[in-house]
Amino acid sequence: MPDLPLMELAEPGTQPEYHFPPYVSTIGRSPRLPLVLLPRTQLERSGPVFGQGLIGEHDNDLTLHYAGDPIGERILVHGRVLDEDGMPVRGALVEVWQANAAGRYRHKVDTYDAPLDPNFAGAGRTLTDEKGYYWFKTIKPGPYPWGNHHNAWRPSHIHFSLFGSGILSRLVTQMYFPGDPLQPLDPIFNSIPDAEARTRLISSLDMDRSESNYMLAYKWDIVLRGHVDTPFKEGHR
Amino acid sequence: MSGNSVRIPAGSQTVGPYFRIGLEYLVNRTPVPSVLPAGTIAIRGRVLDRDGVAVPDAMLEFWGGGGAGKSVDGNEAESGIPDGFRRVATDEKGEFTVAIARPAAETSSNAHLLVLVFARGLLRHLITRMYLGDEVKNDDDVVLSRVPPERRATLIARADEKLAGLYWWDIVLQGSNETVFFAW
Repeated sequence: MPDLPLMELAEPGTQPEYHFPPYVSTIGRSPRLPLVLLPRTQLERSGPVFGQGLIGEHDNDLTLHYAGDPIGERILVHGRVLDEDGMPVRGALVEVWQANAAGRYRHKVDTYDAPLDPNFAGAGRTLTDEKGYYWFKTIKPGPYPWGNHHNAWRPSHIHFSLFGSGILSRLVTQMYFPGDPLQPLDPIFNSIPDAEARTRLISSLDMDRSESNYMLAYKWDIVLRGHVDTPFKEGHR
Repeated sequence: MSGNSVRIPAGSQTVGPYFRIGLEYLVNRTPVPSVLPAGTIAIRGRVLDRDGVAVPDAMLEFWGGGGAGKSVDGNEAESGIPDGFRRVATDEKGEFTVAIARPAAETSSNAHLLVLVFARGLLRHLITRMYLGDEVKNDDDVVLSRVPPERRATLIARADEKLAGLYWWDIVLQGSNETVFFAW
């Protein structure tokens, strides 16, 4: 049998465990048998490449999807997608979805009685440019209650889905906003054990890109697993 | 970890219950044909939780490379969706159906798909493999050989007895027949 390199594992504490009882839904849905260390064969060293054909002209401006303006705090969310060496990930597909300013998702299973906004769907997508850069113009999402425990509220967040260089760089996560007092109370945010790793999910207020009398900007750089130049080079264990 | 790493990858967070808003556009809705063309397979199955209850809000992503006879580097299809990639969401019964290019066998591994599993309650996506039941020819497959023998069957999809190219495969998130998932 050929001696293939094994999958690199995440730095301890920087990723959530599957079984995390404070987030109740993990209890019946997380694997409990030992995870198997995977040798990387050809498939694990490749990944899908998405084309511009997936992306419409205004897909990264969530305020332009209807005739009228959505209600709420207009914001720019922008940053770079980087690999573990800090190199830009070009052409990365970045998909986002979020609640509206009142904390309501346009989804049939969201039963929170906050109003829907007829001018806001809450979904966007883009491909990063040559410098790994992305931007979205949107509305700051509101906090909302959920059924995890009594008086449970999610801090404001935007869901992010990313494809980088190779399928193993795949990431689905959430971007948070600075200074949100709900973050210390949120089991999902706190499922990441390491405090610095949690902080990396919080965007920064960016006055350089904010526009006077128009909108605030938040900057968020995202690091994906792997290496753009030599995808998943042999690990030094 | 690589000794050269200077940045730590961002932490994962659950896809949550509302992912369809942002992610469903990429689901290929072309109906699965009643006769599958050569080079295409279909997979049908369910996603189940600890209690055997259907998971109606799971999202699966299948990656099989460029497809049989093609480079494993992602080919750019006209739709913008590579041939070897498919995203599918489970329905209210926890069921899914997906058609995808038939994967090719590798030097050290039988033909398989890499499968990512996302759902509310999964803080990080799960990674598993799906082998084709009628194409698993050797026991020294580099991955299957690392899996305890009594659990190997969870990675092998059953070929349908009537329709060529159709496979049946359930994903069990937890419990006695728990699917093998990989550490990453």
